[in-house]
Amino acid sequence: MRFLDEYRDADLARRYADAIARTVTRPWTLMEICGGQTHAIVRFGIDRLLPKEIELVHGPGCPVCVTPIARIDQAIELASRPGHVLCSFGDMLRVPGSHRDLLRAKAEGADVRIVYSPLDAVRLAEAEPARRITFFAVGFETTAPANALAVRTAADRGLSNFTILVAHVLVPPAIEAILGSPGNRVQGFLAAGHVCTVMGVEEYRPLAAKYRVPIVVTGFEPADILQGVLMCVKQLEEGRAEVENPYARAVRTGGNAAARALVDEVFEVAERDWRGLGPIPESGLRLTPRFRSFDAETRYELGHIVAVESGECRSAEVLQGRLKPHECPAFGRRCNPENPLGAPMVSSEGACAAYYRYRPSGASA
Amino acid sequence: MSDFTLQCPTPLPVDGVVQLAHGGGGRIAQRLLETVFFDAFANPILDRRHDAAVLSLGERRLAMTTDGFVVRPWRFPGGNIGSLAVHGTVNDLAMAGARPLGVSAAFILEEGFPIASLREVVDSVRTAARDAGVSIVAGDTKVVERGKGDGVYITTTGVGEVIAPDPIDPSRIRPGDAILVSGDVGRHGAAVMTAREGLELDTVILSDSAAVHHPILAMLERGVTVSCLRDATRGGIATILNELARDARVGVRIAEAAVPVADDVASVCELFGLDPLYVACEGRFVAFVPESDVDAALEVLREFEVSAGACRVGTVQGRAGEIAMTGRLGVERVLDLLSGEQLPRIC
Repeated sequence: MRFLDEYRDADLARRYADAIARTVTRPWTLMEICGGQTHAIVRFGIDRLLPKEIELVHGPGCPVCVTPIARIDQAIELASRPGHVLCSFGDMLRVPGSHRDLLRAKAEGADVRIVYSPLDAVRLAEAEPARRITFFAVGFETTAPANALAVRTAADRGLSNFTILVAHVLVPPAIEAILGSPGNRVQGFLAAGHVCTVMGVEEYRPLAAKYRVPIVVTGFEPADILQGVLMCVKQLEEGRAEVENPYARAVRTGGNAAARALVDEVFEVAERDWRGLGPIPESGLRLTPRFRSFDAETRYELGHIVAVESGECRSAEVLQGRLKPHECPAFGRRCNPENPLGAPMVSSEGACAAYYRYRPSGASA
Repeated sequence: MSDFTLQCPTPLPVDGVVQLAHGGGGRIAQRLLETVFFDAFANPILDRRHDAAVLSLGERRLAMTTDGFVVRPWRFPGGNIGSLAVHGTVNDLAMAGARPLGVSAAFILEEGFPIASLREVVDSVRTAARDAGVSIVAGDTKVVERGKGDGVYITTTGVGEVIAPDPIDPSRIRPGDAILVSGDVGRHGAAVMTAREGLELDTVILSDSAAVHHPILAMLERGVTVSCLRDATRGGIATILNELARDARVGVRIAEAAVPVADDVASVCELFGLDPLYVACEGRFVAFVPESDVDAALEVLREFEVSAGACRVGTVQGRAGEIAMTGRLGVERVLDLLSGEQLPRIC
C-alpha cells in the first residue's frame, strides 16, 4: 500500500528509535493525544522500542471514550422510540450506557443502523420520509466537517425528519485541561495528525507558549510516531517549546479551509461534558441557531435524561494519562470487552481496549 | 473447557436476548456455544469440537457436518450463497480428512425472492458440487413471509468417508508442529464487505470461496502426516488459531509478516479499520504438520491452484492457550480472541 507500507518499515522505525536513544539524556513523559496513535503504539510495540527514559502516556483523544454516558442513554432512548432510527458509526455500539449498550438495545428491538458516513443517514432520511432519522454525531474536529455537511445537505433538501445527536469535542481545550491540572506530568505532546488535517496547527502555538511544552503534529504509523517522539525529545533536551509539523504529507499549516468554513457555518463552540472528566468550558461544538432545528436533543426532548457513571471505572484517570489501563484494579477482572465498566475498554481507539487486546497480561515496556 | 486465565474469565451464563455478536465467532459467540449448546448436547464426538464429526461404521469411518449460510448480499464478487454452501460443507468434511460422499441442502426462501435469482443460486450449487465431485443427494424447501429473511438462506449437511489413517482433530496437535496456511487470508470477508457497502474500488476483490479437499486428500494419499486442519472461516485465521490453541491446550507462535495478505485486501481492511487476520476466508485452511513433513506438505499444496500460495506462518510452542505473534517491528504481542465482531471505526 502506498503511503502506508513505507511508514511501517521496520528498518526506518529502528533508525528513529536509535536516534531517540542517542538524543535522550534524562527522563521525559510524553502524551500521544489520539487513541488511534495509542493503538498503533501498543499494537506495534513502539513503546518497547524506546529507551527507558521515555514514557508514553495515553491521551483523551478517543471520541467514543469521552462521550458522556447520558448521551449514550439518550441515543438508546431515541432508537427505542417507534418510528425512530438511530444511525451510528460501529464504534459507538458497544459503549456501555447506564443499563445497556446500543447493540443490546438493537437486539431488544431498537432500530439502530451502522453507517459509514453521516451522508448515508441523510440518504436514509430522504428515502424514508415517514421515519425520524438521527445520526449520532460523535467525534473531534476530524468528523465535524462531514457531520456539518450532512446537516447542511439535509437543510438544503428540506429534510425535516433528519437530526443529529451532537457529542462533538475539541482537542485544544482538552490539552489545556490536562496541562492546567495539579497532578500533570506531561512534558510534551504528540498532537493528533487527523485533527490537524482539518484545523491546521495555529491553535496549538498559544498552548505551547503558555505552558512551555513542545507540541509535535504526529501521524499514526510507527515511523510517524517515532519521528514525533524524536522531535519532541529534541525540543525538550534543547529547552525549546514549539509547535512542529513533521506530518506535512497530510497537514497544512492552515488546515483545510473549506472544511473549517463548513464547520463554522453549522457549529459553534460551547461547553461540553466529557465522560470521566466532567464539563469543560468551550470544549465542544453545538449547532448554530440557524441549524438548531436539526438538534435531536431539543427536538425530541431528551435533555431530561441524565446519568451517573460507575464509580469503579477509573477511565477519567486513564484519559488524562494518570493511570495506565493495566494499573486499574478492574482491568481484565471486573472489566473486559464483554462486560466493560467504561468506554475505553470497548472503543477501537480506547486505551484499555488496546492493552486488553494486544497486551492482556498488562506489562508495558 | 478453557483454562482459567486473566483473559478468559469463567464463562458467565448468557441471558437476555440473542445479539448479532453471538454469531460473530468471538468470545461472546464461544460463550453461547459453551453455555447453551455444548452443555445440552455433551457427548464424546461433539466434545472433540472439530469441523466435522467422525462416526464409526464397522471398519469404516464416516465424517458428518452441518452448516447454515445467511450471507448478505447473497451474490458477491467471486461467488454466491449457493457455491459458498457447497464449498463450506465439502471443506468441513475435508478438515476431518474425509472425501465427500453426498451433500443435502435445505433452501429457506423469502416471499418475493425472484425465481430467476433462485435459479442462479441453484445453478451455482450444481456447478460447485460438480466441480467438487459430489452430488446433492437430498433437499428441502421452505418459504417464509416477506421481511422474515434475506431472500435466501441455505442449510446443508455433508457426509464423507474418512481416508486419513489417523484422526485429524485438535487433540492430535503437538508442540513443535509447524503451522501452515493455504494462501492469502481475509479475501472472502473483504469481498463481501465491499459488495455490502457498495464500495467502488479500482480493482474488484474476488472471494476466495472454493473447495479445498483436493489438496488435502492429495496430502493424505501421499503419506503426509497431518495433525489437524481447520478452515479459517468465521473470525479469520486469528480466531481459529485461538480455538485450536485452547482445545489442544498448546501455545502458538506466529510471525505477522509471514501471514500472506493481498494488497487489495489489506487496503480495504485499512479503510474499514479491520485486522485482516480476523476477517473470514472461505477457501483457506490452516494445517498443523510435524516439522519432518513440512516440505512434503507444502510441495503437495502448491501443486493445486486453490492452495498455490501455501506457506508456513508459525510453530506450536509456548504457553497453553496463548497465541504470540511477532509483529512487523519485531516486537511480540498477543493475538487474542476478539469479544464480538469487528466493527468499523469512527475515524
